[in-house]
Amino acid sequence: MPEGLRLALVVAGKDIRAELRSKTALLSATVFAALVLVIFNFARDPTALSAGDLAPSALWVTFAFAAMVAMNRAFTVEREHDAIDGLLLAPIPRGALFAGKLLANLAFVAAVEAVALPLFVLFFNVDLSRSLWGIVGTAVLATIGFVAVGTVFGAMAVRTRFAELLLPVLLLPFMVPPLVGAVQVTSRLLADRPLSEMLGWLRILAAYDVVFVTLAALVFSSVVDE
Amino acid sequence: MTAAVPPPGLDRARAVIRRGTVLSTIALLGIAGVYVLAAAFTPIEARQGVAQKIFYLHVPAAWSALLAFSLVGIVSVLYLWLEDPRLDRFAASSAEVGVVFAAVMLTTGPIWAKPIWGTWWTWDARLTLTLFLFFLFVGYLSLRGALHDRRERARFSAVVGIMGLVLVPFVHLSVYLFRTLHPQPIVLKPSAPSLPWEMLRTLLVSTLMFTLLYVGLVTLRYGIGLAAEAREAHDAG
Amino acid sequence: MPSSDGAILDAVGLERAFGALRVLRGLDVRVRAGEALVVAGPNGAGKTTLLRVLAGLARPSSGEVWVLGARVGPSNPDARRPIGFVSHQSMLYDDLTVRENVVLAARLYGLPDPGAAAERALAAVGLDGRGDERPRHLSRGLLQRASIARALVHAPRLLLLDEPFTGLDAPAGERLRELLAERLAAGLALVLVTHHLDEAWQLASRVAVLAGGRWVLEEPRVGELAGFLPRYHALVHA
Repeated sequence: MPEGLRLALVVAGKDIRAELRSKTALLSATVFAALVLVIFNFARDPTALSAGDLAPSALWVTFAFAAMVAMNRAFTVEREHDAIDGLLLAPIPRGALFAGKLLANLAFVAAVEAVALPLFVLFFNVDLSRSLWGIVGTAVLATIGFVAVGTVFGAMAVRTRFAELLLPVLLLPFMVPPLVGAVQVTSRLLADRPLSEMLGWLRILAAYDVVFVTLAALVFSSVVDE
Repeated sequence: MTAAVPPPGLDRARAVIRRGTVLSTIALLGIAGVYVLAAAFTPIEARQGVAQKIFYLHVPAAWSALLAFSLVGIVSVLYLWLEDPRLDRFAASSAEVGVVFAAVMLTTGPIWAKPIWGTWWTWDARLTLTLFLFFLFVGYLSLRGALHDRRERARFSAVVGIMGLVLVPFVHLSVYLFRTLHPQPIVLKPSAPSLPWEMLRTLLVSTLMFTLLYVGLVTLRYGIGLAAEAREAHDAG
Repeated sequence: MPSSDGAILDAVGLERAFGALRVLRGLDVRVRAGEALVVAGPNGAGKTTLLRVLAGLARPSSGEVWVLGARVGPSNPDARRPIGFVSHQSMLYDDLTVRENVVLAARLYGLPDPGAAAERALAAVGLDGRGDERPRHLSRGLLQRASIARALVHAPRLLLLDEPFTGLDAPAGERLRELLAERLAAGLALVLVTHHLDEAWQLASRVAVLAGGRWVLEEPRVGELAGFLPRYHALVHA
């Protein structure tokens, strides 16, 4: 296994193991996701807005906010006792460190999404029999992009006193293109529309991922090195 | 020791502030002139009527916000490469001026649109982009406000600036794709693709004046920043 | 490329500035194997910044840091291999046990048998019985020993310590001195930043005082601390 990949997995493994022990981020993010879904469902007027119309937006807003809760945690852990210095001192290329943090963040967010999706089916009574894989695929595509940006911004926000507030303020504009794309694709999937109607959005999602994962990897060292 | 001798950098800072004030004043006068030009010397647009004339102030304001942001982005790239504190100072000034332009544009737009179009907001390309720029500026300035180590603040701001600049095309693409599927009223745009000369002339003059205002305000802000730093360095001994 | 005469650490012309704000103003640092450089000075003098630059955590505005013939900096990972760093923060993860923290460090340094290396490091600091505890349950003294185990697990040639004696009681301080003396005798090079000159005096081969980002004194340790203190106070309170 190439050394860089091994080191990235060591870093990611450490994050995942630590989070599985404390469970704070996973629990709060999951509960948060469930609450948001419930509120969306209760708050709508069933005669004015069908579940089908609201569902895609509800799902993606839930994913977005729950993801931010999870990502904030990833760097809070490093800040306690300056633990991140231990990672920075080690002979790890910054790219491997970024990859490790990104993988761990993706794992957290994926875990939350995996819990939120069944709840979504439950509360909104949607039929995923034909569109499940499409939705999962869209979730993967949309999540990667904003988690990459969130990994970089998380590393910066944690150096301030207002990390929980700053991370959303910085990140939300960056979440809009993937979220808009994801909602558009999801609503078409749920309505059984042909693939041709979704291609434009899928292309934007893919381009966003490629561009922002690369950019995030490039600027990450400017964030963690003094 | 008495404070008779002013800090060394302060003179230079004051010179920059003076220059900025002069440029800004000229620009503001120029913009007042554009008002007159638009009101009296420019033909009324056929479909939208007199209300369309806000276009001559609105479009250049949005352009200035975009210019301000693009410069923040470009200067951010330069900063990460060269690490020159002047670049960081410039980026901060540009962001502060830009957020004001964006805020003005975002408040005047809906206030004008409501009586004309009956709606406060539309997701038209220009308004949406300016809204995003506004939020990006706010994020940029909030982050700066929360960081106290100068090097760290400069580096982190540069990262946000670069990522924001790369975001802009994606916002534009998303809006474009959204609008081809969900047509929305277009706020304040002349219907003909090519503008008659008088309208184009007014628009160009206005754009020039707004750009000059941008330059003037950024110079002014930069000078204020220099003065603050000169005093700080002097106090620190 | 600096000369090779047994110097493990060779730093030349270190400056760190941002515009008019200058933290380090042209520092040279040389430490040989078995030598301990003790750095003292008033707060805000730049001691912690200096240490972070030497460790490769921060880049100097100009100047170079060489450790064992490799140029150290954030963008050169392998050059950091021979360096160990102990900060006044423990750098340990609260959700992992002490042993897991040390094993993590061993894996990050690519050691062939991380588990065994961790056991050796824990034994060297006397923590082999407490490896399964979490950092939040340890006293300051034990926490610091865990921190040192983490820093030593990869057998560094250069150890950098930032205020290691702060918060330690007398027996713990003595223990730390013994451990460091042992390692010095085995050829480790040491740079130790401290306010507590009395604790570090016996270890020092050389003493240096940093004030305002410059060396105001840098000489071999000679004689007793009592003789040195008046000069130190004069320099620092000038």
